[in-house]
Amino acid sequence: MAVDMRLPAVRKQVPSFSEAQEKHLVVPGDVITTDVGFMRGHGTYMDEEKLTASVAGEVERVNKLICVQPLKTRFNGEVGDVVVGRITEVQLKRWKVETNSRLDSVLLLSSVNLPGGELRRRSVEDELTMRDYLQEGDLISAEVQSVFSDGALSLHTRSLKYGKLGQGVLVQVSPSLVKRQKTHFHNLMCGASIILGNNGYIWLYPTPGQQDEEAGGYYTSLEPISLADREVISRLRNCILALAAHKVLLYDTSVLYCYESSKPHKIKNILKPEVMEEIVMETRQRLLEQVG
Amino acid sequence: MAGLELLSDQGYRLDGRKPSELRKVQARMGIFTRADGSAYIEQGNTKALAVVYGPHEVRGSRSKTLHDRAVINCQYSMATFSTAERKRRPHGDRKSSEMSLHLKQTFEAAILTQLYPRSQIDIYVKILQSDGGNYSACVNAATLAVIDAGIPIRDYVCACSAGFVEDTPLVDLCHAEETGSGTAVALALLPRGGQIALLQMDARLHQDHLDPVMEAAMTACRSLGQVLDGVVRQHLQEVSILTGE
Repeated sequence: MAVDMRLPAVRKQVPSFSEAQEKHLVVPGDVITTDVGFMRGHGTYMDEEKLTASVAGEVERVNKLICVQPLKTRFNGEVGDVVVGRITEVQLKRWKVETNSRLDSVLLLSSVNLPGGELRRRSVEDELTMRDYLQEGDLISAEVQSVFSDGALSLHTRSLKYGKLGQGVLVQVSPSLVKRQKTHFHNLMCGASIILGNNGYIWLYPTPGQQDEEAGGYYTSLEPISLADREVISRLRNCILALAAHKVLLYDTSVLYCYESSKPHKIKNILKPEVMEEIVMETRQRLLEQVG
Repeated sequence: MAGLELLSDQGYRLDGRKPSELRKVQARMGIFTRADGSAYIEQGNTKALAVVYGPHEVRGSRSKTLHDRAVINCQYSMATFSTAERKRRPHGDRKSSEMSLHLKQTFEAAILTQLYPRSQIDIYVKILQSDGGNYSACVNAATLAVIDAGIPIRDYVCACSAGFVEDTPLVDLCHAEETGSGTAVALALLPRGGQIALLQMDARLHQDHLDPVMEAAMTACRSLGQVLDGVVRQHLQEVSILTGE
């Protein structure tokens, strides 16, 4: 295998634009306000009557509530978020799912669609065969049903679009880079599908054919994937990594634009710093044109 | 110590610094993509790398879980090539375990752990090159990594070492001074409030001399705090420009 080696290079300075000055950026220990009329939100604490930041980030003000949104953090789930996660434990009547949040999420047996119809009582046999549906290490897509008081999430897969994930590639990025949108399931034009989990876990898989109603989302195809599909998925994976390295928000359009601008390069070359910079620059340009 | 003059007649130290002068500090945040937070710091010839994972579910023994706050797990290690004499074990010896414990105590004082009940925060620090002031380099690197991970913290934790030679307090000791001067004080400070997170002294020091040494160490911590502040603000600016478009 040929290994690509390079000498250390000077880091490029990020050009500073004037618009950045409008943001109110704080670091831990910075006093945001000494006015007592404000409410303390996330990322702040009271230090002798002074509202002080506890994380480095941008100050957000909603009426009287002051929060500091850190640049990068673990996933803070909200009801309705789409997540991709990995089963870590099978317990009595529930699965534990690792979703990049600060505590493992819970998937109750009563909040999954079992094969054989929507309205089915969960019997003792179901509890005993839980491991047949999902076992440790399996990947699932799910939706946040509720948030417990300690911040742990309760998930559900009560829709055919959620459930166990079969063949595909998982890419992990920071949750703050995934843009919130109406839908997080996309069939991209380039011939692959993508699930952009709000928790920063992104699942790339070949666009499925006919869905089997009876399986209730637990059917996984083991048929070999064609080389062309695998190449598209690998290219998408590298594109997402390139966008994430340059802190571009991820959503269907940005991923697709990046995919298109990466076309002239070989898949393995996309992750080279200079190529990465070039295609991300092109993507940014196209996204700006689209907005303007 | 014979033949080794730690403070010259003109008042300069072995490496040409003045008694209250710090070594050159260079730092970077966010160097690894897979960790939640990471940082690298160089203080003179001492180089340290810190990585933070978490807060996440307590792994391993469930019994460690605390129901009102997060568990902080620290591991200090030194690369085998970090000292003049090659080390056999990078971590797990008595000195490293003690250092891990000190780091844990320091960060329990600074991180707002009560916000994350039943979670765990892992802090791993590695010394890549050791030239005195290992503890302070580790604390400073770990502070930057914790901030990078977006974990709520009361204030920066800045650490610096200080010694006492010929009636003069020296700050930010290098290896020769640390071994030659007899006594070394390590201080971790939350600079804005002036609270001390950890204070450690290895050898004896006359009580009358403690105050000037502490004063010098605190001043040094404050100036280190300003350097770290600059690094964080620069990083914040860069990232917010990239994502802000």
